[in-house]
Amino acid sequence: MPHILSDLFFVIIATIWDVLPIVVIIFGFQLFILRKPIPNLKRILSGFVLVLLGLGFFLEGLEAALFPLGRLMAQQLTDPAFIAGDKAAGVLRWSDYYWVYLFAFALGFSTTIAEPSLLAVAIKANQVSAGSIGIWGLRIAVAIGVAIGIALGVYRIVTGTPLYWYIISGYVFVLIQTMFAPRMIIALAYDSGGVTTSTVTVPLVAALGLGLASTVPGRNPLLDGFGLIAFASLFPIMSVLAYAQLSEWQAGRSKKAKQT
Amino acid sequence: MKSLKAIWTPVYDSLRDLLPIIVVIGFFQLAVLQQPIPNFGEIAIGILFVVIGLTLFVQGLNMGLFPIGENMAYAFASKGSIFWLLCFAFALGFGTTIAEPALIAVAKEAAIVAANGEMIANNEQAMDAYAQGLRVTVAVSVGFAIVLGVFRIVKGWAIQYLIVVGYAGVVIMTFFAPREIIGIAYDSGGVTTSTITVPLVTALGVGLASSIKGRNPMVDGFGLIAFASLTPMIFVMAYGMVV
Repeated sequence: MPHILSDLFFVIIATIWDVLPIVVIIFGFQLFILRKPIPNLKRILSGFVLVLLGLGFFLEGLEAALFPLGRLMAQQLTDPAFIAGDKAAGVLRWSDYYWVYLFAFALGFSTTIAEPSLLAVAIKANQVSAGSIGIWGLRIAVAIGVAIGIALGVYRIVTGTPLYWYIISGYVFVLIQTMFAPRMIIALAYDSGGVTTSTVTVPLVAALGLGLASTVPGRNPLLDGFGLIAFASLFPIMSVLAYAQLSEWQAGRSKKAKQT
Repeated sequence: MKSLKAIWTPVYDSLRDLLPIIVVIGFFQLAVLQQPIPNFGEIAIGILFVVIGLTLFVQGLNMGLFPIGENMAYAFASKGSIFWLLCFAFALGFGTTIAEPALIAVAKEAAIVAANGEMIANNEQAMDAYAQGLRVTVAVSVGFAIVLGVFRIVKGWAIQYLIVVGYAGVVIMTFFAPREIIGIAYDSGGVTTSTITVPLVTALGVGLASSIKGRNPMVDGFGLIAFASLTPMIFVMAYGMVV
């Protein structure tokens, strides 16, 4: 217990260091360029303190509870001995990795739901759209996108196909979807690609990628271990656009049903 | 009674946000790997910490980060100086990225990859210099991205055209960049946007779009993060080609 508390202290100090440049920039511009007092300064400062404390607790808790287990699990699940089961090693096919795909999917989904920056964007989008974009709807749409993306990214590491094929076809798909998506959602959908991969997702997903790239025969961890984050930032764009198209289509249908 | 509810509701929300992760890890540990959960007590405390942390973060978000981002946006809009607004945008993008721990980790690994690929000399000095250069490159690219994004909101350009150009840039660079750097470059787009930057930048964009006449916060306010995840890919591949 005491070592968790001392770790917590160091994590909070480290977080303060991370936030310092932001605080300097904000207050520097506020004092020297804008030259206006900040309204509700006290409240804003206590908000900053809460954010710092919150991130400190959050990161230390993850480090104490979920990350070690998640990393260990990624190693164990990608261990050839576990994947081969009763089969002789050396004849593994891509389909023998089903537990890894399932784990990647579940991990992508669940870490995204817990991601604080996605929650922040979802709250804001909900306010700005006057409630027409649901906080949970957006978060679940993004989480499904990340889940599919990471599962596919894992499949890519297992099969060893080039990363850019997937990314470039993903881009083409996004552009086609953009042409048909409601205009209101486009910017938000593009944003949701970047916000999903942060404090919770990156460490666990990186462990999975590196574990897999070092155990699958013929893969180089330095070359093939990367790329999962790219999948995790691309696929939510598609799933959010799809979610918007689906809800628009549904709204249109119920409107029609009312008219007739 | 009421105050109890005011505390319990946010805690309950955080708990619900964490539940999927706990279920996934528990299921795979117990049912698939068929192993006991080690250090149960420590894990329980850790989960408690995560719940407390998430709860405090969301409170602080609404009290601190969102209001200050919007205040700054309104203040710049009423001051009417695009030059200073863009300076602020660059400083925010650059300043938040250069200190980002995830980026520092990625830059280190990238230096190892580069040394293994014999793109740079395999010694500590060359690797440090490479990692440092990469960090500055990514930070500049994020600064540039926020400037571009803010300028787009001011001008009211449709985001998809800029994104198309960005995608084309990524694809073209992919053909010319050394193979070793591609994976890292693609990943660097995702790691740059941290938990504190995202709410701040989002509030700035939405605030700008709602204070400029003729802009719709929903259509125009978002999109800053999208640029911040796209430009690092292009810049990092360029860095890989130059160095």
